[in-house]
Amino acid sequence: MRRISLALLVVLIFPALAAGASRDVKLTLVAYSTPKEAYGQLIQAFQKTAAGKDVSFSQSYGASGEQSRAVAAGLDADIVAFSLAPDISSLVQKKLVASNWSKDKWGGMVARSVVVFVVRDGNPKKLRTWSDLLKPGVQVITPTPFTSGGARWNVMAAYGGALRAGKSPKQAIDYLGKLWKHVVAQPTSAREGLQTFLSGRGDVFLAYENEALFAQKKGQSVQFVIPKATILIENPIAVTTTSKNRAQARAFLKYLRTLPAQRIFAQNGYRPVVKGAARGLSFPNRTQLFTIKYVGGWPQVEKKFFDPRTGVMARIQGSSGG
Amino acid sequence: MIGKYALRFVALGYLAVLLVAPVSYVFWRTFEHGFGPAWDAVTAPDALHALKVTLILTAIAVPANTIFGVLCALAIVRYRFPGSGIVNAVVDLPLALSPVVVGLALLLLYGREGWLGGHRVVFALPGMVLATIFVSLPFVVREVVPVLREIGTEQEQAAATLGASAFQTFRRVTWPAIRWATAYGVVLTTARALGEFGAVSVVSGRITGETQSLTLYVQDRYQSFDEVGAYASAVVLALIAVATLILMTRLKPKEETR
Amino acid sequence: MAARAAVALPAPKARRPLAPGLAVGLSTLYLSVIVLLPLAALSWRAHGWDAITNDQAVSSLRLTVLASLVVALVNALAGTAIAWTLVRDRFPGQGIVNALVDLPFALPTIVAGLTLLALYGPRSPVGVNAAFTRWGILLALLFVTLPFVVRTVQPVLLELDREMEDAAASLGAGKVATFRRVILPNILPAILSGVALAFARAVGEFGAVVLISGNLPFKTEVVSVYVFGRIESGDPGGAAAASVVILAISFGVLLAIGGVRRLATRHDR
Repeated sequence: MRRISLALLVVLIFPALAAGASRDVKLTLVAYSTPKEAYGQLIQAFQKTAAGKDVSFSQSYGASGEQSRAVAAGLDADIVAFSLAPDISSLVQKKLVASNWSKDKWGGMVARSVVVFVVRDGNPKKLRTWSDLLKPGVQVITPTPFTSGGARWNVMAAYGGALRAGKSPKQAIDYLGKLWKHVVAQPTSAREGLQTFLSGRGDVFLAYENEALFAQKKGQSVQFVIPKATILIENPIAVTTTSKNRAQARAFLKYLRTLPAQRIFAQNGYRPVVKGAARGLSFPNRTQLFTIKYVGGWPQVEKKFFDPRTGVMARIQGSSGG
Repeated sequence: MIGKYALRFVALGYLAVLLVAPVSYVFWRTFEHGFGPAWDAVTAPDALHALKVTLILTAIAVPANTIFGVLCALAIVRYRFPGSGIVNAVVDLPLALSPVVVGLALLLLYGREGWLGGHRVVFALPGMVLATIFVSLPFVVREVVPVLREIGTEQEQAAATLGASAFQTFRRVTWPAIRWATAYGVVLTTARALGEFGAVSVVSGRITGETQSLTLYVQDRYQSFDEVGAYASAVVLALIAVATLILMTRLKPKEETR
Repeated sequence: MAARAAVALPAPKARRPLAPGLAVGLSTLYLSVIVLLPLAALSWRAHGWDAITNDQAVSSLRLTVLASLVVALVNALAGTAIAWTLVRDRFPGQGIVNALVDLPFALPTIVAGLTLLALYGPRSPVGVNAAFTRWGILLALLFVTLPFVVRTVQPVLLELDREMEDAAASLGAGKVATFRRVILPNILPAILSGVALAFARAVGEFGAVVLISGNLPFKTEVVSVYVFGRIESGDPGGAAAASVVILAISFGVLLAIGGVRRLATRHDR
């Protein structure tokens, strides 16, 4: 029996070694949970261009915070594409991403979205504004902000929405506490959150607009509402300092900002960063749309709201009940 | 007597509801629309990669733990040394630990900020190999130890007085006696290695095609709304489990069979 | 064998000096590298004890221990019943049933969880939805711990001398009394061993529970999922602290069960 096992071992090692030697350049893309399908198509399109001809890709998708920490803890990556800028900034601190990563025409961003309410068909509970979510009996699904980027956007959208409604910062934080009492499930990533909602839990799922569109494309019977006051989500991308193929990685990033690539993003439900790519598709505007700057900018917000021990969300989360 | 039938009904009913029904249902759902969609699902590139990863992990962990297992059993039973009791207990540790804790321990040791950090161990295949070896470690030892105890040392001592070297003694006397126990232990080790999920969840980098084992792939498919993919891969793992079961039944030590 | 050795006889050699040292040395080295070193890193890097004392952690711990105890108890009953049926009863297909009991050993935990979720989850064909509930957790734990009590009780039942039962019957004892006075004391140690194994396994279970329970904090989050969440939230030190405490608690419960076992068998010693 041992001989058979050893033989198996030898037989299997060779194909594993051979597979690695097939293409010239291999890029590892470590991304957050939702753009899996989009990047699948983008990579294929890139490989049809001259710059991408001999490039193969390894891809890893997971909750934005988790992925960022994995890279910091040793996960090899050439390109990191996360949900929000802080997940890249934390890598800058570890010297894994250059400090000037966002100093380009697009501020380091590659796609956009907004926070929406995903509701059951017909919106039976008539959830349209942030205060509607506090109606008695409303059950909210959101991923947990300690691992999911989408969740952090949700929190800031809710906070900013309260500010827009005239509340003071302190009252807005109170609103967050009240909202979190309605949260019945907190899965680790945005994609898992959608899964939870679609399996019948909850009345509303706080999500990226692109994730809601993805669910619709998959034939799931949901609709979504874009609240009047919501946050503009901007998803960053960067090449790592440890990449052994920086030229090709940069070429990929350059490709992602071309019109055809942004068109693919748009078709997957993302709001493009390049004008004209959304032609023919509908991405409604909202009068009270705001950016992260309105609520204080990420560096300040990360510390104040999302520190795992002292942040606002840690306090709200750790208290009993929920 | 009513009592006998009632008991049989309760026992078999429990097994049916808890075990047989769910597993059969998944088999049925997988092949509900014919063999085609299921076959397409398990031959998708990512699925095949995941199977390859799982087989690699198993192909490394099983021989390693087998060789170690026999050596360790010999050490514990035959060569009474100070601390053999501790060694015995440590061998059993993987059975008592939650797999998540195993993954965490490896992360803390080999991660970038760990004691042995700085090399591509965690979030890469080596980390998953170490995790798989850890969780499937005890089985060969535990199966061989009682047999070694039972057969006693007389034959081995006889061989030694007749001039056989240690290796000859092992090959001609000891090995034939522990062969089947070892085989049973190998089957258990293989089953455990193939089915590992919790520990590899923690140390995997979720790199599809490279650090995604078949068990992780099942979870990934389910969470991507690909029920057919999830069920089909689960069926592959279940079929391997059934094959393992058959081997286990054939090789099981006599006192547990009728 | 003796004949072959006699033919190949060289002069008697010095008794194998190298072999024992090698076996012991290699095994200890392997064990240290594979098992002890990572666990040492775990306890060393454990810090941040609020990771196990905060409300969410305590809640998950309470849920896990309670669920594991319930499951251990159910197994004591169901496992004994199944072992009895396999040993004392005769029916067609018994061999298959016997083999099936080992299925939870062989099946990956995530597959077990998936099958339970499929049949008893949101898209259940029989209208049972245990997803996101504590029933789901119990289901998953019962699945993975099924073989333990059965397999510890079975050999003891097989070995049991029928004479004692026959004697009791001839003295006028009914079936129940016979079971209680004659059989149960003999199989109780085995049941308790199986219960201890089932409990230890249930406390650490992750794969089978993670899909069906929904992992709702304070409601259906078991402690292994909580620890996983701590790791993924960037607090491996806290996760390690929680792990150490869980191990201590498991160890304590196992010691207690061992103590009960010794108490129950004190007459035999």
